[in-house]
Order: sequence, then C-alpha cells, then structure tokens
Amino acid sequence: LAAHLSLSLAECPGTGSAQAGRAAACQGCPNQGLCAAGAAGPDPAEAAELRARLRAVRHTVLVLSGKGGVGKSTFSALLAHGLAADETKQVALLDIDICGPSIPKMMGLEGEQVHQSGSGWSPVYVEENLGVMSVGFLLSSPDDAVIWRGPKKNGLIKQFLRDVDWGEVDYLIVDTPPGTSDEHLSIVQYLSATHIDGAVIVTTPQEVSLQDVRKEINFCRKVKLPIIGVVENMSGFVCPKCKNESQIFPPTTGGAEKMCQNLSVSLLGKVPLDPQIGNSCDRGQSFLAEAPESPATLSYRNIIQRIQEYCEQQHLQEEKIM
Amino acid sequence: ALAEGTNLAGVQHIVLVLSGKGGVGKSTLSTELALALRSAGKRVGILDVDLCGPSIPRMLRVQDSSVHQCDSGWVPVSVGQDRAIALMSIGFLLERPDDAVVWRGPKKNALIKQFVTDVAWGDLDFLIVDTPPGTSDEHISAVEALRPHRLLGAVLVTTPQ
Repeated sequence: LAAHLSLSLAECPGTGSAQAGRAAACQGCPNQGLCAAGAAGPDPAEAAELRARLRAVRHTVLVLSGKGGVGKSTFSALLAHGLAADETKQVALLDIDICGPSIPKMMGLEGEQVHQSGSGWSPVYVEENLGVMSVGFLLSSPDDAVIWRGPKKNGLIKQFLRDVDWGEVDYLIVDTPPGTSDEHLSIVQYLSATHIDGAVIVTTPQEVSLQDVRKEINFCRKVKLPIIGVVENMSGFVCPKCKNESQIFPPTTGGAEKMCQNLSVSLLGKVPLDPQIGNSCDRGQSFLAEAPESPATLSYRNIIQRIQEYCEQQHLQEEKIM
Repeated sequence: ALAEGTNLAGVQHIVLVLSGKGGVGKSTLSTELALALRSAGKRVGILDVDLCGPSIPRMLRVQDSSVHQCDSGWVPVSVGQDRAIALMSIGFLLERPDDAVVWRGPKKNALIKQFVTDVAWGDLDFLIVDTPPGTSDEHISAVEALRPHRLLGAVLVTTPQ
C-alpha cells in the first residue's frame, strides 16, 4: 500500500526559548527530552548583556541567501566598503559563516588576529571607520576546518555579539552562510536584543538558486524579519572585447524579477558578471575602488544607496512614532 | 558483515560529493555522475542530504514526486529516462516546494540518520551522496551513519577562485 509521508516540518522554537521541548515541532526531535528538562526560557541576564552591547548600533542589515555561492560575502564586503566611503559613518562587518568564512580574505585581512582588551574583543579594522569580525581571525591556519555542530556554532555567534567591542556603529552588516539553520535562527534570536532593519537576499538568475531563495524569503516571513529586497548577481555578462551580452546563468523561470513580483518583495537591482569582481575579492581589494567604471560597480552603488535610504526611512518612521 | 541486514547491504560503493564552498556545482556533479554511471550500465542511487536547499529533485525533473513506504522502509523515487536511478531528498517530503526547512542541528541529524537507515535502496553499484556546503551537522552525521557501510570516498568540487 502506498502511504504518503508527512513530516512535521514546523521550525525548532530554539533550545533557549520558553517553548524548548514543549512546542508541537519538538515531537520526534532527539533533543526533546534535553530541552524540556532544561532551560525555562532565554536567560534574562544574557539578553540584557546583548542589549547593552548592541545599544550603540543604529542600523543592522542581514545578508542572506538560502543558496550558496551567489555572492553574499562579496555583496556584504562591498556594502561595507560602500557605506564606509562616508567617513562620518562607522561600519561593522560581522561574518557568521563559521565553516566557510570568506570575509577576511575579501577584506584583505587574512592572517590578522583578534586582540582582547578590557572592554572585550577588538574588531579588525580595514579603515578607521570599518571594523570586521570573523571566525577566520580565530584560526591558527586559514586551512583549518571548523567542524562544529550547531550548538557550538551558536555559542560563537553569541560571543561575537556579546564580547566584541564594536563601539558606536552606524551600520552593522551581518554576512551569513547559505541555508536556514542554526546560524540563521540564532542571529535572529540574539539580535532581537537590538533592532534589525531588515534582510538583503542575494540570488543568481537560475531557477536552482531561486528555489532556495524562495525558502529564505519564507524563513524571513516566519521569523518576522523585514526584507529590504533581493539582489540578483551574475545577471548577464558583457564581453569586454566584443561588447556582446550573454546570459551565463539564464533566467529560465523569469529570474529574480519574476520571483520578486510573485512574492511581493522589492528587487533592489541586478549586477552583471564581471571577472574583475572575483579577482578583486581574491586579492582582498574593494572591487568598487578598483573598477569604478564597471557596469557592476554602478549596479552595486545603486543598490547600496537604496539600502541606505531604506534604513534612514525606517529611522525617521520610528522617530515619528516616538 | 557490518552492513548485512541493513538497507545499505546491497550497495557496493558509496561516494560523497563535498565542497565546503557553496554554489560550485556539487548537486550538478552528483546528478551528472549518476547519469553517467547509469549510462555505463551501473545501478545508481542518489541521497540528497542538503536539507535546507535540496536541488537534486529539480535537476532530475521529479520535484513533484512523493515518497511511499514499503515493508523495509521508504521507497526512493525512481528517476531518469528509464526510471532506473533511485533518489531520496527532503524535497519530496515538503508540503509546498517553497517551504523553508528551518531546523537546528539535532533535528537535521535525526533525518539524515533516517535517510541512511530507513530508505530501501535495494541493490546498487553506486550510491552518490550530495551534501550542502560547509563542514557541520549534515556532514558529520552523514559520515557517522555511512561509516559502517562501504564508504568509498569523497569527490571534492571547487571553482578556480
């Protein structure tokens, strides 16, 4: 007899939440006993600590995807550079991709170590107004694999938020790994101690990417994370020699544009493929600075401006309410 | 002797497709590898342990299929031109294709173990295991669950940068 399988696919309420082990989604989870017997809820002292640390952060933007290799870290790095071009703004870039931290290399900070002071861990500064934190800085060698299960990753992410002395920050950008798992649940949970302006979701035009990105959009809706908009990377390639345009990743199902229309989210922009992007990233340089005339730079700058406008508008709206 | 009596007893070789990095073509390679082995007359299965971003069902045009049960467990979905490749993926278990699987490690680990022990793979020459990017829960659990069986090894995929 054919039996249709149905799985309880509701999400984990969080091992630290009041519902831990007690929610409907906990049925059948091997951790259920542990959770139900354990924490009665999030540690109020911990929450207070996080709130205190993040009090001086004005805007927080998460960069998400669902799909790997679409350009989240590239975008996070360029967003950080773009925002930090205004020397009056203090920018912080936090890399919570514990297994595959790309930010140190992209920011030209490979080999840097984290220093501790009385006030906590010091971010590594690229510019005076651009500080970076990543697990990459905690490894003895860049090839060391961080083979950790979820709980240990969550612990480090909490430390990044609690122990790093970011100081006064205008923009905190958080680069994430692909997926909808521990890192994503934890960052949303821990950042509830402060205000998250929203998420920027990165994709490429192909359906195989979009199908993961739709899940990410659903994740944002589930955890009530506002979506600033979607960025479509690798959107067309213009040959520098013959100037012909090719679709290296054809948008067989309408690309990000169609997806955004269907899901009522904003398309922040499309960025064409430019081999110089990967080149600059590999050498830890800002692509925006190295290729100011590239159509990709123009796209990135427009997108960065839209994100800034979104954040500033939120701020104004909040001030009105207050 | 270790594998006897289990659902993997009839599987001759298990190959993991890994990367570390996302978006380099693991799922694409897993699919092409399976199709090529099938063309060469081998009996092939694919186990997709990417729980957050399962790509294999779409790549083999079976995203609308569902999974059934038999006496020995879950029946993998038959794919390919001659329906001769066996596939298991969380993609088949979602109520809606856009549903996000927002699970922490322990729940992911439990399902991966089930995929290894409860899927009735039958007799296969090759079982290709497609993985998500990273070196975390899915990878640790898959290797732990597969180790007692004929784990051939890993193929690592990258791009030049």
